Amino acid sequence: MGASASIFSPVSVGKGLLLVVLPLLLQAGPGAAWVRIVDMALLYSMLAIGLNIVVGFAGLLDLGYIAFYATGAYLYALLDSMQFNLHWPLWATLPLSAALAGLFGLLLGAPTLRLRGDYLAIVTLGFGEIVRIFLNNLDTPFNLTNGPQGISLIDPIRLGNFTFSRPHHFAGLTLTGTQQYYYLFLATVIGMAWLATRLQHSRIGRAWAAIREDELAAAASGIAVRNYKLLAFSLGATCGGFAGALFAGFQGFVSPESFNLMESVMVLCMVVLGGMGNVNGVIFGAILLTVLPEALRMMGDWQLNHFGHIWIDPNDVRMLLFGGALILIMLYRPAGLLPSPAQRREWQKKLP
Amino acid sequence: MTGLALHNLRIRYGHLEAVQGVDLHVDDGERVCLIGANGAGKTTLLKAIAGLLPVHAGQIHFNGHSLLRRAPHDILRHGIALVPEGRGMFNQLSVAENLSLGAYTRTDPLAVRQEINHIYDTWPRLGERRHQPAGQLSGGEQQLLSIQRALLSRPRLLLLDEPTMGLAPLMTEAVFASLDMAHRNGVSILLVEQNARLALAHSDRAAIMETGRIFITGASRALIDDPTVQAAYLGL
Repeated sequence: MGASASIFSPVSVGKGLLLVVLPLLLQAGPGAAWVRIVDMALLYSMLAIGLNIVVGFAGLLDLGYIAFYATGAYLYALLDSMQFNLHWPLWATLPLSAALAGLFGLLLGAPTLRLRGDYLAIVTLGFGEIVRIFLNNLDTPFNLTNGPQGISLIDPIRLGNFTFSRPHHFAGLTLTGTQQYYYLFLATVIGMAWLATRLQHSRIGRAWAAIREDELAAAASGIAVRNYKLLAFSLGATCGGFAGALFAGFQGFVSPESFNLMESVMVLCMVVLGGMGNVNGVIFGAILLTVLPEALRMMGDWQLNHFGHIWIDPNDVRMLLFGGALILIMLYRPAGLLPSPAQRREWQKKLP
Repeated sequence: MTGLALHNLRIRYGHLEAVQGVDLHVDDGERVCLIGANGAGKTTLLKAIAGLLPVHAGQIHFNGHSLLRRAPHDILRHGIALVPEGRGMFNQLSVAENLSLGAYTRTDPLAVRQEINHIYDTWPRLGERRHQPAGQLSGGEQQLLSIQRALLSRPRLLLLDEPTMGLAPLMTEAVFASLDMAHRNGVSILLVEQNARLALAHSDRAAIMETGRIFITGASRALIDDPTVQAAYLGL
C-alpha cells in the first residue's frame, strides 16, 4: 500500500487526522455506542493480524485461534482483579499474557507439525474447544476461573497514574474512557501491522511463503520447516494474547462464552474476506465484519422513522443478511477485498 | 571417501519395505542414473538421501559424513540438493522469488544476484518471466526453474526425480542440456528417470532398480547394449 509514497503526503495526513478525530466525531454524531464498536473493531484487527501470520503467511489453517485471545484475557483477569486480589502493573501483565499465549501457540504447534489442511483444522478446532471447556470448568477443584460465571470487576488498564476508563481533560476537551481506549488500541494496531509487514518482507516471511506454497520444496530449499511453523504459531498466538489482555482490561469482565468456536470462525472470516496475506486487507476485513452486523442492527430504527412500524425485526434477519454479504464477497472477490499481490496473481490465473 | 555412498539402506512405510537393502555410490563428478518401473522405490530412495524420509536401517555417507537423522536443511548445507518429483514450484511466487529461495542457505547476496542474472541470460524464457508467478510457466520452464533453483544452493551433488516427466521432446532436451552444463561445472548427478534411453545416454553409470532392490549396475554404455536391459527397459 504505497510504501514508497511519503507519509507526509496530503492524503496520508488526511487519513491520519481522520483516525485522530474519529472518536470525537462518533461521540458527537451516532453516539458513544459507536466508539465502543470501533474499539471492538480495533481489538478484532489485532486478532486478524495475528491469525494472518498463521493462515495468510505460513498457510496453516487454524480454527481455534480464539483460544489465545482467551489465554491473554484470562491471565490479565487473574492478575488484575478481585479474583485473587492481585493488581499487577500493566508492564508485567501485558507481556506475560502475550508470552503465555505464545507458549500455548508452541504447545499447539508442536504436536500438529505433520498435519496439513483439513486435519490441522480439526486439531486446532479441538484445541480451541479444550481451552474454552477448561475455562468453563476450572472452578473446581479450586476456584481458578470462576467457571461459567466468568471473572468480573477486572481492573481497567492503567499506565502509571493514567487510568484509561476514567474521563480526562485535554486542552479543553473531555475524553471518555472508550475514547481513550480507542487511541491505545489504534496505536497497538498500527504497531502490530508495522511489525507484521516487516516480518512478511523479511527472510522469515519468505520462508513462510515457501512453506505455504510447497512444504516439501521448502524443506529441499534448506528452510527449517519445523522451526518456521512453530514460529508462525507462536507469533500469531502472541498477538492474540496481547489483544486478549487489552480486551479484559477494556471490558472489565471475561467469561468462557466470549471465546467460543463462532469467534474463531469470525476472525478467520475477517482474514479470508479482507485478503489473506495482506496486512491492510485483514484489518479492513476485521473492521468491516465488526461494523456490518452492528450497522444492520440499526435497520430497526430506520424502519421506525420511515414507516412508523418495524416490519422486519433486524434481530431476525441480521445474521441472514450478514451471511449473504459474505457469500457475495466470496463470489465476486474470491481473493479477498484487498488481496495480497500473490493471491491476486493466483486468482487472476484461475478466473477468465 | 568422496561422493555419496549408500550401504545396505532400508526404508519402510509402516510394515511395507520400499527400499530393501540398497548399496550405491556416486563418486565426485560422476553422473549416475537410476532406472526402473513405477513403485520400484526410486523416489523413496532420493527422498531418504535428502532427509525427507527416515531411514530404517543402513548407512548414508557423503564426503565421509554420515547423513542419517539429519534435517533436510542440514543435508543441503552438506552439498546435496533435491529437484523434487513434480517440480515443487512455489506457484504463487514469482520466478525471481523462487530462485532467491533456492539460495536461502547462502550468505553472499552479491554472488547470488550475479548467478541469478546469469541464469536469466542462459535461459531467456526465465528472464522474460522473472516477475510472473511460477505457476504460470509451462511444464518445461518450471522444470528448468526447479533445476536452477536447486543449483543456486551450490550443491556438490544434485538429486533429480523424473525431471522430464510429461515434457515435450524439445523441453526434455533443454532439461538434459541444463544437467550437462551443471555437470561440466563439477556437480555430481544422481538422476531418477523413466526415459531409460536418454538417461543412459546422459550418464556415466546406471543402476536398475526393481521392487526395492538394485539388481544391475554398470557403465551406462555397457547397459545400453545389454540384451536384458534392452528387452526390459528400452523396448528393443
